[in-house]
Amino acid sequence: MVPLTWYLVVATGLFCIGLVGALIRRNAVGILMGIELMLNAVNLNLLAFWRYISAAKMDGQAFAIIVITVAAAEAAVGLALILAVYRQRHTINVPELDLMSG
Amino acid sequence: MDYFRDFFVNIARSWTGWIDGFLPGWAVNTLNFLIMAVILVMMPVLATLSFTWMERKTIARIQNRLGPNRLGPFGVFQGFADAVKMLVKEDVVPDGADKPVFNLAPILIAAGAALLWAVIPFGRGMAAADLNIGVLYVVAIGSITTVSVLMAGWSSNNKYALLGAFRAVAQLLSYEVPMILSIAAVTLLVGSMRMGDVVEAQVLPFIVIMPATFLVYLLSGIAETGRTPFDLLEAESEIVAGYFVEYSGLKFGWFYIAEYGNLFAIAAITTTLFLGGWRGPGGSAVPALGPFYFIAKIVAVIFVLMWIRGTWPRFRIDQMLDLAWKVLVPVSLVNLLWIAIAMKLPVPAPVQWALILAGSLGVLLVTLGALGRAAKRHARQQGWVPLESQGNT
Amino acid sequence: MQQVIFIMLSLLTLGAALMVVTSRSLFRSALWLILSFAGIAALYILLEAEFLAVVQVLVYIGAIATLIIFAIMLSRNVMASDEARFNNQWRLVVGFGALLFVALAAIVTQIPWPVNVQAVPPDAIQQLGAGFVGPYVIPFEVASILLVAALIGAIIVARERE
Repeated sequence: MVPLTWYLVVATGLFCIGLVGALIRRNAVGILMGIELMLNAVNLNLLAFWRYISAAKMDGQAFAIIVITVAAAEAAVGLALILAVYRQRHTINVPELDLMSG
Repeated sequence: MDYFRDFFVNIARSWTGWIDGFLPGWAVNTLNFLIMAVILVMMPVLATLSFTWMERKTIARIQNRLGPNRLGPFGVFQGFADAVKMLVKEDVVPDGADKPVFNLAPILIAAGAALLWAVIPFGRGMAAADLNIGVLYVVAIGSITTVSVLMAGWSSNNKYALLGAFRAVAQLLSYEVPMILSIAAVTLLVGSMRMGDVVEAQVLPFIVIMPATFLVYLLSGIAETGRTPFDLLEAESEIVAGYFVEYSGLKFGWFYIAEYGNLFAIAAITTTLFLGGWRGPGGSAVPALGPFYFIAKIVAVIFVLMWIRGTWPRFRIDQMLDLAWKVLVPVSLVNLLWIAIAMKLPVPAPVQWALILAGSLGVLLVTLGALGRAAKRHARQQGWVPLESQGNT
Repeated sequence: MQQVIFIMLSLLTLGAALMVVTSRSLFRSALWLILSFAGIAALYILLEAEFLAVVQVLVYIGAIATLIIFAIMLSRNVMASDEARFNNQWRLVVGFGALLFVALAAIVTQIPWPVNVQAVPPDAIQQLGAGFVGPYVIPFEVASILLVAALIGAIIVARERE
């Protein structure tokens, strides 16, 4: 069987890639994709811990399902916001949405 | 004689026993999985060859024509001729197309159609992989179709293809909701998501116990496969051919194969979930009859789908989305709630079934009544005159 | 054998994730995202969480990724300007990300996790379902309220006002 730390390292890598993506992308949809990658990394961690530490109980899986639900809600509202912004400003590049910075 | 009673399972066992004699264990497994994979990949192709012929003949009879009648007896080899024609056509990639995505989309959509077959039980113990999440797997594989439709529509660099892809997302996502809700009703009644368990639980086919759920599933199934009257993704009079307008030759052939593979798969899942799968008279004594009952039921379901196609014209896109969100979703939600309540009542199972049936029929009557009233009101507002009072002149 | 499969799957997942972040075209990014999600679903199967794997495909690929592609298509002319996909802090952020990865990886490999590998119960899905109407009923209900709120909110925000 694969050691637990392998899964943790992969999840860490995924999380860092997602974080970098969320921070460097100019496009709002790109930022959202980075956030989805980070949530996936969290889920991978949860399930790895579930499998290797408490496989007899279903806590880890239940937690992961709640995370997926939150991710779905976040994607729906986030994309609705992006569409609303696009309709008003005709751009979804975040650095150009600087109405407040004068 | 006993060997033939469960012929298909026994022949598989004999085969495994035979190759087990001279091959190591892992090779036996790998070889068996390879054979199953080849069979699964062949399924959509076979379905396309046989059901295009059946469809053209059926639609022709409905429209008072003859249909294909040149190649072979009753034109049964027309499908092969069409396949050859498709193979020799020029392969065109449009200017400005996103080439890798454009080439990947038909492969993915055909793979999705083939993957569906892995969990379908043709008889007792005759599924390639009887997963314990089989029913959910079917819905999940459907999302591959959505993604490949989007890929085809976007990468073609064509406005009609893009419009088709937009419509596809709206339609496939909307109809996934009532589909999952009606599958949830079946899962609730069976207590398992394994396809084999669903069939074993159907002492009485579920279509008798919950006709409303069956109708909702069938309608969303037609929408998911994108057939008339829900073929707005490829409405030729509005957006030419939708997302695959730019495809030709073999790549177009893959879309065609995926369409018929999906049709066959939806019919097979309907049969498994609602029509008792492989069960039939004498099926428990002679399990080898199972696949024949199964195929017969599938052909019956497909005939009904073709009949629907020959009878009704295409919806408008807003009507189609209205049907999903304002009719099918509420109906299946009420139905699911009622089934959950009936399952918890402290009465024997037959009484529960009777209660579920009564609720199902009640929901159907109320829905049809409301729809009929809405149609009449609409006709009055538009000032339409009923056909009978128009006179003959 | 499992190690080989694991390494292949994680390389696929991480490579696809890198392409999500660096791809020039946003649509390609979304497709790489789908591949990454599929790789994670395969890792879930390796962890013997089949239900979660199917839910991953259904929700992430079938719903979230499709919605993302939909949003990309609706904001189409943004696609034309593909020369500047990163903001001007990208060098700093990449350095910071690499540092964070090294630090976190060092930490997770050093901690002695209380590993206790047990067999997954055969009725895992039934237990999960019973759990959601038993001990986890409040998180479950909160999640469903969140979903309804998100549904209504998304419709109101994205609606076109005449």
